[in-house]
Amino acid sequence: MKLPRWFHQLGSPPYVYRLAERLAPWLGGLGLLLLAVGSYWGLVIAPPDYQQGDSARIIYIHPQTAYVGMMAYVVMAVAAGIGYVWRMKLAHAVAVSAAPIGAWFTFCALITGALWGRPTWGTYWQWGDPRIMSEALLLFLFLGYLALRGAFDDRDKADRVTAILAVVGVVNVPIIHYSVEWWNSLHQTSTLLAEGGPAMTIDMLIPFLIMFAGFTLTFYWLLLRRLQAEIVEREGNARWLRDWLAGARNE
Amino acid sequence: MNVFNAVLLRDLRVAFRRWSELAHPLIFFVIVVTLFPLALSPTAAQLREVGIGVLWVAALLSSLLALDGLFRSDADDGSLEQLLLSPAPMTIAVLAKVVAHATVTLLPLMCLVPLSALSFNIPLNALPTLAFALVLAAPTLSVLVALGAALTVSLRRGGSIVGLLVLPLTGPLLIFGTRATDLSVNGEPTAAPLLFLAALAALAVSLGPLAIAAAVKVGLE
Repeated sequence: MKLPRWFHQLGSPPYVYRLAERLAPWLGGLGLLLLAVGSYWGLVIAPPDYQQGDSARIIYIHPQTAYVGMMAYVVMAVAAGIGYVWRMKLAHAVAVSAAPIGAWFTFCALITGALWGRPTWGTYWQWGDPRIMSEALLLFLFLGYLALRGAFDDRDKADRVTAILAVVGVVNVPIIHYSVEWWNSLHQTSTLLAEGGPAMTIDMLIPFLIMFAGFTLTFYWLLLRRLQAEIVEREGNARWLRDWLAGARNE
Repeated sequence: MNVFNAVLLRDLRVAFRRWSELAHPLIFFVIVVTLFPLALSPTAAQLREVGIGVLWVAALLSSLLALDGLFRSDADDGSLEQLLLSPAPMTIAVLAKVVAHATVTLLPLMCLVPLSALSFNIPLNALPTLAFALVLAAPTLSVLVALGAALTVSLRRGGSIVGLLVLPLTGPLLIFGTRATDLSVNGEPTAAPLLFLAALAALAVSLGPLAIAAAVKVGLE
């Protein structure tokens, strides 16, 4: 099979660096704009929940951060897998860049969940709840990945070893998720993917989805910026990089 | 299959010549199990309630303690590199090493767990299920532990990090293992969690050696 040209170009640090430079402002601008619009819509315009009142407005933050945390793990594992199989250094750089962002989003999901749990369940933290547990285990997987990475001095070796861990982890994420789900659950089931369509009125659904899009775009914006920093660190004194940075300084 | 047998026999022989090291995880297990009643209230009813969980967690922790010998000494004396250079598939050799390791570390541990269960007042009729659940969990556990050892084989101080890598992945084992034992204490059917444990074991034994072999290869590069 002949791979398309853009696929090969994605292996070239200068090309990807410039691509990221062009894409990042758009992703960041649009993402932050959507977050602002969605927050205003969700927190001010949308009606309060008939049962939970204003505390239900966490639904505009919490599911989105949890989702981005999981997405970040998948992005990391897929990038690491590509890097391992095709020995593509840039793919490893993507995996490394995704890990801390994903860990922070997972952490935020746990925090926002705890803040919502206090008025609604009457407790910040419920050890018996499956989704809290699988989210906590996801955070531990991120932290294990970062710890393993930090233990190596040799970057190439760290790339390849942590790639194996990431791929093993992504096989385990659904197993952990469903085995923990098998416990008795306190957590409410998915609102969006409920049987018979979303269990939300349209004026709540729109900001809910806007926030999803906003957080996703923000994640990719952060990912591209981190990737650029990672490229600068890895490429060190490469000619194109020095030229580029000199050019940027003169502008 | 020749490679499998050769590596298995060699590892077993090496392990038995250093048999005092084999006792370390067992002693660790007994100590952890002793510490819990000291920290908790020593009333019989409460001990029975937490006992199953304590035993499972202690077994997981002590299996971590045993992993240092799995690849480290072979990497140090070069025999692991010889295995890599040989035309035999590394996955088979790795599988043999994992089986040998499980035989000498997990098997004695498994005999110890039901004994300790008695001291926690766990009813006698639940012991067969507990033992069976342990046997089903052992392949998955040893593959995970071996993966941790393989990922850190080139690190001088890998020991402290392995727990971070391996323990989050043992969550499902803990859930199904304790659930099976709990159900049998209450006299309910235990087939479902045991089948899940068996499924995890099948998955771990079929895919695990590939990942372990890859990690060993990268570690020795």
